[in-house]
Amino acid sequence: MFADLPLLSLVIWTPIIGGLLVMLTGSGRSGLEAKVLALLVSLLTFVLSIPLYTGFDTATYQMQFTEFVPWIEAFSINYSLGVDGISMPLILLTTFMTVLVVIAGWEVIKNRPAQYMAAFLIMEGLMIGVFAALDAMLFYVFWEAMLIPMFIVIGIWGGDRRVYATLKFFLYTFLGSVFMLIALLWLYFHTDSFAILDFHAVSIPATAQIWIFLAFLIAFAVKVPMWPVHTWLPDAHVQAPTGGSVILAAIMLKLGAYGFLRFSLPIVPDASHTLDWLMIGLSLIAVVYIGFVALVQQDMKKLIAYSSISHMGFVTLGFFIAWRIAEANEGSFTGATMGIEGGVVQMIAHGFVSGAMFLCVGVMYDRLHSREINDYGGVVHRMPKFAGFMVLFAMANAGLPGTAGFVGEFMVILSAFKANFWIAFVAATTLILGAAYTLWMVKRVIYGEVRNKKVAALQDINGREFLFLAILAVMVLGVGLWPAPLLEVMDATVQHLVAHIGVSKLPATAL
Amino acid sequence: MNFDMPNFLPAMPEMFVLGMTSLILIIDLFLNERTRVVSYLLAQATLVGAFILSLSLYSGNAELSFSDTFVLDPMAGVLKMAVYATVFMVFLYSHSYLRERGLFRGEFFVLALFGVLGMMVLISAHSFLTIYLGLELMSLALYAMVAMQRDSRTASEAAMKYFILGAMASAMLLYGMSMLYGVTGTLELTELSRAVQQTQGDRLLLVFGLVFLLVGVAFKLGAVPFHMWVPDVYHGAPTAVTLFISTAPKLAGFAMLMRLMVDGLPGLQPQWHDILVLLAVLSIGVGNVVAIAQTNIKRMLAYSGISHAGFLLLGVLSGTPEGYAAGMFYAIVYTIMGLGGFGMVILMSRAGFEAEQLEDYKGLNQRSPWFALMMLFIMFSMAGVPPFIGFWAKLAVLQAVVSANLMWLAAVAVIFSVIGAFFYLRVIKLMYFDQAREQGSLKPGADLAVVLSANAIGILALGAFPGALMALCLQAMGA
Repeated sequence: MFADLPLLSLVIWTPIIGGLLVMLTGSGRSGLEAKVLALLVSLLTFVLSIPLYTGFDTATYQMQFTEFVPWIEAFSINYSLGVDGISMPLILLTTFMTVLVVIAGWEVIKNRPAQYMAAFLIMEGLMIGVFAALDAMLFYVFWEAMLIPMFIVIGIWGGDRRVYATLKFFLYTFLGSVFMLIALLWLYFHTDSFAILDFHAVSIPATAQIWIFLAFLIAFAVKVPMWPVHTWLPDAHVQAPTGGSVILAAIMLKLGAYGFLRFSLPIVPDASHTLDWLMIGLSLIAVVYIGFVALVQQDMKKLIAYSSISHMGFVTLGFFIAWRIAEANEGSFTGATMGIEGGVVQMIAHGFVSGAMFLCVGVMYDRLHSREINDYGGVVHRMPKFAGFMVLFAMANAGLPGTAGFVGEFMVILSAFKANFWIAFVAATTLILGAAYTLWMVKRVIYGEVRNKKVAALQDINGREFLFLAILAVMVLGVGLWPAPLLEVMDATVQHLVAHIGVSKLPATAL
Repeated sequence: MNFDMPNFLPAMPEMFVLGMTSLILIIDLFLNERTRVVSYLLAQATLVGAFILSLSLYSGNAELSFSDTFVLDPMAGVLKMAVYATVFMVFLYSHSYLRERGLFRGEFFVLALFGVLGMMVLISAHSFLTIYLGLELMSLALYAMVAMQRDSRTASEAAMKYFILGAMASAMLLYGMSMLYGVTGTLELTELSRAVQQTQGDRLLLVFGLVFLLVGVAFKLGAVPFHMWVPDVYHGAPTAVTLFISTAPKLAGFAMLMRLMVDGLPGLQPQWHDILVLLAVLSIGVGNVVAIAQTNIKRMLAYSGISHAGFLLLGVLSGTPEGYAAGMFYAIVYTIMGLGGFGMVILMSRAGFEAEQLEDYKGLNQRSPWFALMMLFIMFSMAGVPPFIGFWAKLAVLQAVVSANLMWLAAVAVIFSVIGAFFYLRVIKLMYFDQAREQGSLKPGADLAVVLSANAIGILALGAFPGALMALCLQAMGA
């Protein structure tokens, strides 16, 4: 029954137009109308996105729910949308998390709530646009436009050093993306098209592949973020309001990883192969070094931010380990599928877990207005329900089996073993490090004696907070215990991707 | 010696503007403060009439007239219509600003229309003579407009500076023209290009001539290193005049560049290509970096304009019709954004307060969320962030640069545009993240509010649907 509707367009434009309406309605001080409208819009968007899952054909790697309208004919740019098994779950993650963010900001945001809600709704639409775009220019427009609401969100509702953080965030990501723009223009001149699928098909000489790969790398590495261009993330996370941190961690970081899958791997597979040592190296540095950095943080948000970078290292490791696996297994790419699927599962899982962790910190911050670990202690005595959730999410963050955090990491480590024992060994240290920094934080914040008067005065979570934490807890356990539906959705797409990157794209004459 | 009656038809808009301007000049003598609005309305009517004339004359062919010194081609048609539209907007913006400052006089409109006439002649010029004629007509009108605020020291200083430097640039241009005339023996552009192609052996004198011509053009466009006048004049002139100087003459400057280089000297393409690369890189670099240090928004926008001039040159230097179309697209888009930017300064200012300092924009989101949002559109568009029109303009010129295989140049341009993004973001930071210095909401006149909103929303709407304007530019350049 949904077959005739342009579902993707609806999912993109409902929140954007809704966000504009919210902005216009919200002149009132309390902004109640704006909040209710924002909640309705985000729920509507979520409902609209469900048919993307129920109507999804898992048997094919082809793009589904495609839409095609010529947009700028002078440059052969088209409004071309579609999803496959990788982007569809990410869109659902986006629509789902936005609902939670709206609920989470309900009572907390007192300063211009209408603009706050509007910014998140507009951002939601733009992020979905990034995942759904099949035209490189459309992708780029959504990719860049997304920075505008985030810039505003951090800058208005952020912490003390919000201006520094938001400028850094914007300029870093802007710098990253302009190089991608040049690469896209180069590709346009060699295909006469901006269709991403045409880019996948064209053969490109080796040197050009390297340059294009590096241009993409700058854009996506900043977004993921990979070491050493990760420094904007802790600043942005710490200074952003809770909702901003959630969206940043849960969705925006995934955009970079998604870019690797949609652009780098299939468009320039040979360069990806040539430079996979670089990618694996950077991923391992992120996993281990950033893990140690997380260990010494005093600020809870900063700790989770660093833990995010470390977890994203797994994602990129899973993607770029493919050729090592093939080399270790006489050219067979079959083992590579698990690495990439593990990376994608990790993306989704991290979306839930990190979002949940930031919401937990937000719950505490709303009460005590401090993110310092030392200001807390013995929270469990005053907030037992909250402590239960926090411990669950912390376990998931540490990668406890049975939670979402475990599945992806385990798949990536397993596939790394197929490639090289030492890579797997180094990657596996995260299980120790992750447990160390997360659980140590939990120990200091949640357990122990009640530390001071402020903690003693804490109130346990109210119904609203219980609601969003419970929903996330269900998701974290759901993905952890039964990841099969997720894997099934992406399987055909990843199989196709692996088959695609196994074939060299160098022009025949150059060999 | 026989005298052929020239074909007056292609020059109908010029003659109409000239006639109307003279009429306004006379009528204004009989008007007083209260009825002066008649001059204003007549000036607007002149622009509308000229627009209709140019539109009805618009065709896909080039038509020469007046012994081949005048040409009406699609490029001229489109650029002229853009000039009318721009000046129409300028008048709308300036109306109440001028009234509040006692500058609402017939001279403003008459001078502006003479400036428009100069631009029209320049855009349609097809010989060195008409180019110079148009350029001087335009420039003299602009000098006088800057000086209109007689008792303002900064304005007088700016006018003096503008006049002296402008005269020098004109002299350079004339010198270059005389060299080329000396070598080729012609002033007419088609013959010139033929003569240049046929010149054998030593081309040194031709290249010298070319360099001097480019100095003149670079001055008018405000490209580095001939940009020194831009910040001072933009700063010193009354904002309404700045609005005029910073927008429409850029379109004429672009036309002048096209006429001289592409119509007149295609034979020296390798030479002017290199010079334009240099001018473009310097303009983009200096414009974007120096703008960061500004505390006055008019100066900041002036440096931003310098960097935009550099981007415009990037389109032209590729030497392909697509590149020229990209340059033209950039010029038109810059005009729209410049109107918005300086229009905002006008909107923020009121009698006795110029809103020139960046500080004055602090906390605008608290005072007026709507206009803060409009300014946000304008700033992000200038920074080249999608989905605003400024992004497509940058994309078009970058595409031209990439197609010419100048990847390094594209990389330099985008790096500087990231640096430049900083100062646009700072304006947004001031508006959104800082506390307002003064309380009370902003209450601009209804006409200003409507014009600025239309301008800014136009920037967004054109950003969503840039195809038609792009196609028009491509068609005008025969690509």
